[in-house]
Amino acid sequence: MSSTTPEIVFAGTDGGALTELDEYEKVGGLQALRRARAMTPDEIVAELNASNLRGRGGAFFPTGRKWSFIPKPDQNPRPHYLVVNADESEPGTFKDREIMLRVPFRFLEGCLIAARAIESTHVFVYIRGEYEREWEILVSALEQLRAAKHLGDVTLVLHRGAGAYICGEETALLESLEGYRGQPRTKPPFPAIAGLYASPTAVNNVESITTVPPIIEMGGAEYATLGVQDSTGTRVFSLSGNVERPGNYELPHGFPLKDLIYEVGGGIADGRTLKAVIPGGSSTPILTAAEAEKVTLDFDSLSQAGTAIGSAAVIVLDDRCCMVQLGVRVSQFYEHESCGKCTPCRVGTRWLTQILKKIESGDGTHADLDLLLDVGERINGTCLCPLGDSDAIAVASYVAKFREEFLQHVEEAGCPFHGTSSLDGIVAPTDGHEAHVGPAEIRRPLEVVA
Amino acid sequence: MSTFYDEVQELRSRYPDERSAVMPALQLAQERHGGWLPEAALREVADALDVTPAYCVSIASFYDMLHVEPIGRHVVEVCTNVSCAVSGAQGVVEAFERELGMHVGETTEDGAVTLRTVECLGGCGWATVVAVDNRHRLHVRPGDVAGIVKELGE
Repeated sequence: MSSTTPEIVFAGTDGGALTELDEYEKVGGLQALRRARAMTPDEIVAELNASNLRGRGGAFFPTGRKWSFIPKPDQNPRPHYLVVNADESEPGTFKDREIMLRVPFRFLEGCLIAARAIESTHVFVYIRGEYEREWEILVSALEQLRAAKHLGDVTLVLHRGAGAYICGEETALLESLEGYRGQPRTKPPFPAIAGLYASPTAVNNVESITTVPPIIEMGGAEYATLGVQDSTGTRVFSLSGNVERPGNYELPHGFPLKDLIYEVGGGIADGRTLKAVIPGGSSTPILTAAEAEKVTLDFDSLSQAGTAIGSAAVIVLDDRCCMVQLGVRVSQFYEHESCGKCTPCRVGTRWLTQILKKIESGDGTHADLDLLLDVGERINGTCLCPLGDSDAIAVASYVAKFREEFLQHVEEAGCPFHGTSSLDGIVAPTDGHEAHVGPAEIRRPLEVVA
Repeated sequence: MSTFYDEVQELRSRYPDERSAVMPALQLAQERHGGWLPEAALREVADALDVTPAYCVSIASFYDMLHVEPIGRHVVEVCTNVSCAVSGAQGVVEAFERELGMHVGETTEDGAVTLRTVECLGGCGWATVVAVDNRHRLHVRPGDVAGIVKELGE
């Protein structure tokens, strides 16, 4: 990254990690917490509002406003909770994991400041079960903060998920944290009014929370000068796919997508050419190479291009990628992760996969292409959460942008890539190879605890 | 009174509502029972939490990382979601199949290794990501597979 890039989230790391408390304090760590403890909760929220920090999990909802929805303790005497969503699972996204690995104390400092802002003494961090190393780092960091008596009156509990994409949806996460199956709830009531244990709850993403200490330190107005209007500050972009240098890059909002791919990311790998870009995680509509040349990475530019900044996960696809196969693979993901609560999603995601597989195999007709879009339309907006919509919207965007390629599959009765697509033959967990199918006779001594 | 029972009581005490301890309790039980949850394990969790075994099964069966059927002593999981897929994940899957002499989704006859494909492990920029007993190996190429399988045999 160039030296002019302001680092906010990763400030002071010098490309490394700050996993010891004294290292973190040496680069100014915990100053923001001290300052925040001298501020009233309303003053903290006011700084956040001035910064115009918007949620980094994907919804881009203003963080300060979310906190201001939490009733005051005298309005609702139940305990207030802060729940941090560290269940990062949107395909393409791997930023929160690097934040927890490299700046665990800045993240936990942000938790303590956020708790104060909503007058809570109970924080739960729901961390993805697959993130074992990150879990260990957080356990160690929390232990160091506790030993140094920095937690004050706050109880912070680290809670491990167990493998379910849906638990990244905030109400499903709350259900899971309460000890139920992770299925979304009806809204309203919104978590701010009745969230965890039916109490006022703020649910925030890891990157949003980690950005809070720098905002308190530099002041919200100063933070708002970074980035562009309506998309202030920096963002940790997860760059993956067919680029020379994939990885997480912290850049200001408004950064040109083409510069992320060609300058920061070193261009398309293996001397191939760019075909398409998924700009904000697998649930966001795809951009063609020509569109990708023009947009900047911020809310407005991507919205105007008909897509979304989402979780800022940029997936780069080169000319070897068959768009029908991409549709199959993305749809398989949503089918696998559908919790089954709402019928349009449970049935529709599977149906979309089946139609796409039929088109890919060469058995598809023009009617199937219409059916594909029709099924998607019937999922959109009919479920409790956006999981099914994500599948429908993503697939519809592949058809809209690469219609010729879909038609070719139908009219040539097969895949025009003839086995050379970068996704050819890929085996998804839904391809009839689901786990737990080992020989039933596996025997091992059971450790029976008497 | 058993150690497991006591450990679950400690887990219960972390939460304002004890029901929240079901997930960490199941995770602990699975660790103690060789990586999956036989009936005996589910009964222990149920007793320690004062809930029914059926409730424990309803939770365990929802999550991908909790196993209610036998699984190999080692579990190899290859991510085949989009970013890994376009970076050569299928070649890695096939290398494991050749090295282990079985198809993805199966367990070796001696019960040592289960091979499965999984959805996004959150390491898209470090493709291909392979979780070996939940430890993530990054940038795995087909040529690395023989070494990983050899490690598992040691």
